[in-house]
Amino acid sequence: MATNALNLPENEYLLPGNRACAGCSVGIVFRHLSKALEGKAIFVVPASCFTVLCGMYPTASVTVPVMNSVFPGTAACASGIAASLKKQGREDITVVAMAGDGGTADIGIQGLSGAAERNANVFFVCYDNEAYMNTGTQRSGLTPLGARTSTTPTLGKGQFPKDMPAIVEAHDVPYIATASPGYPGDLYDKVRKARAIFGTRYMHINAPCPAGWQFAPGQTVAMAKSAVETRAFILYEIENGKFRLTGRSLALAGKDKFPGISEFLRHQGRFSKLDEALAAQLQARVEERWRQAVARHIACEQQ
Amino acid sequence: MTVETKSAVVITGNKAAAEAARLARVEVVAAYPITPQSPVVEALAKYIETGDLDAEFITVESEHSAMGVCIGAATAGSRVFTASSANGLAYMCEQLSWVAGSRLPIVMGCANRAMSAPWSVLNDQQDSMSQRDQGWIQLFCRNNQEILDTFLQAFRIAEQVKLPVMVCYDGYILSHTVMPVEIPDQEEVDAYLPPYAAHTALDPAAPRNINPVTLADPRLNGEGVLCHGYMEFRYLMEQAHQEALDVIVKADEEFGARFGRRWGGLTWSYQLDDADTVLIAAGSLAGEATISADMLREEGVRAGVLGLRAYRPFPADSLAEQLKQAKRVIVFDKSLSYGYGGPICMDVRATLQRHKMATDVDGYIAGLGGRDIKARELAAATRESIAWAAKRHAPKPTGWINLQL
Repeated sequence: MATNALNLPENEYLLPGNRACAGCSVGIVFRHLSKALEGKAIFVVPASCFTVLCGMYPTASVTVPVMNSVFPGTAACASGIAASLKKQGREDITVVAMAGDGGTADIGIQGLSGAAERNANVFFVCYDNEAYMNTGTQRSGLTPLGARTSTTPTLGKGQFPKDMPAIVEAHDVPYIATASPGYPGDLYDKVRKARAIFGTRYMHINAPCPAGWQFAPGQTVAMAKSAVETRAFILYEIENGKFRLTGRSLALAGKDKFPGISEFLRHQGRFSKLDEALAAQLQARVEERWRQAVARHIACEQQ
Repeated sequence: MTVETKSAVVITGNKAAAEAARLARVEVVAAYPITPQSPVVEALAKYIETGDLDAEFITVESEHSAMGVCIGAATAGSRVFTASSANGLAYMCEQLSWVAGSRLPIVMGCANRAMSAPWSVLNDQQDSMSQRDQGWIQLFCRNNQEILDTFLQAFRIAEQVKLPVMVCYDGYILSHTVMPVEIPDQEEVDAYLPPYAAHTALDPAAPRNINPVTLADPRLNGEGVLCHGYMEFRYLMEQAHQEALDVIVKADEEFGARFGRRWGGLTWSYQLDDADTVLIAAGSLAGEATISADMLREEGVRAGVLGLRAYRPFPADSLAEQLKQAKRVIVFDKSLSYGYGGPICMDVRATLQRHKMATDVDGYIAGLGGRDIKARELAAATRESIAWAAKRHAPKPTGWINLQL
């Protein structure tokens, strides 16, 4: 049975009161991650929003061990911890590298690529809030086309984001998944699955950011759901090369009518000046990626 | 009386470094190849594959990640090892600072090589000198036996004062040159160097947030106890460096008592007792200077050599004491602080000024990018300084040995 709000474990690893911004989705992500790992994890965190959430010396907001790392060093540090735990016979502990989109896809991509190629026993989680939010919403390699950021202030970003799960998949790792704080049960079940797998596991999480995307802090979950409903973000997993849609995205695969991408974008200030040509480009990309995902799901199902 | 001597093997400096890591029973090795360091990690990879060393070998994609792996593994409780040179060391730069700030007792080798551009794979000491202020202890070696012995001492020093140690040895001149080296017995090394007991812990049963954002001023923790601000942590790091001045000497003394070899602790000297002209350098260059001192003595110059083993912490008091009788000091630097002079020369000048000693200190830049240095050139430079002092009152500009403009 899929996990939902009623059968989630009650243990909490995030203390009441933390330094994250109001409406931050990273708290929702961490809560369900840590529940699925039953706290038996070591988190490695580069400079990022999660660093802020975890608290400043000498207080902490989480009850799992956290090791801070230099910005590009997350995957390597996690690899080192994993190597040491192996040497000590403590491999029951999951080593989680938890980085933002910059720490994963930009400055962190070399270390992640190295770790993935070695199949280091690390669970790498990218919470993708689609810009350098912790430093004030500068453009990243995962910022969407057309989004205004503090370094694309008037015209918006001129390029599509990198397809990070596809980049990781090219490293032939055993498990890749996407997840959303709008669907925490799906996220939880994927972490449970990832936990039991040896090697480099990668999870890409859509992480709506009220401050950077410019929407009301109370709308975080609605925004995460809207990303999935409009198919701007697709829930799937790739287990040993086998692709399958999951959760809400799997349910949507049976439908033929969907809300347009503008339903998702129009609530976000960063897209408030998006012109029709760019909106059409974004919609076309959504359609193409959805077509590919559904086709791949069906092809893998028939194998 | 007959002294039982153990048989020596004839090996390179790189092999001596690898032998030391094996004897120290390092548990995680991570490294990325760079000339002239590569043979160190090739040797360790072989030890690990053949079972001569029970360790994890992580073949990382960069030096930045090599030190990243070492940071993770050392924090989780393993003794670690890495080595690099030149651009590789520079690529580790922010990690080097992270290691020291984390007070991780990581020991690394630096096969000293010139920094680019332009490319040079040959020796000088600009690479380790450029990382001088990261908080690491830096020890220099003059031969391959000292490399092996210094690495073993380095683990002990690092783990005692909770500071990382960079063992520096000249690329090619030592790294690729074979010399007889005595390999100590494993049991003796085990007795000298007990297993690594980490002061850090990564344990879900006792969770901690390691190296979070730390503010300028002390803050209260959950129990109402006032905890350090950033500056207090930095002061404690400096205190550890001051403490290391004694610990380095004791580590060498105890090494000598067990293995029969001592290397001088912070410094070593040659013909220093009656010397009024003292040549100072670090690494193999200081070894070369001993030949120069012999040449100068044949001409009636009372020359001696003071070799630096420890560069950071800087053995200022020890230096001042040993240079009491010196009339002039000639410092040979294999690196340069551009726009000023040789870094070791500057430190020696500052030391003597602080001790109110009116000794002449002249600096020479030597051997950059692998430029050969001959003992007669160091002797000639010394004569030049003596002549300058006899004729002129203006300070002598920094000299460049064997410059061919």
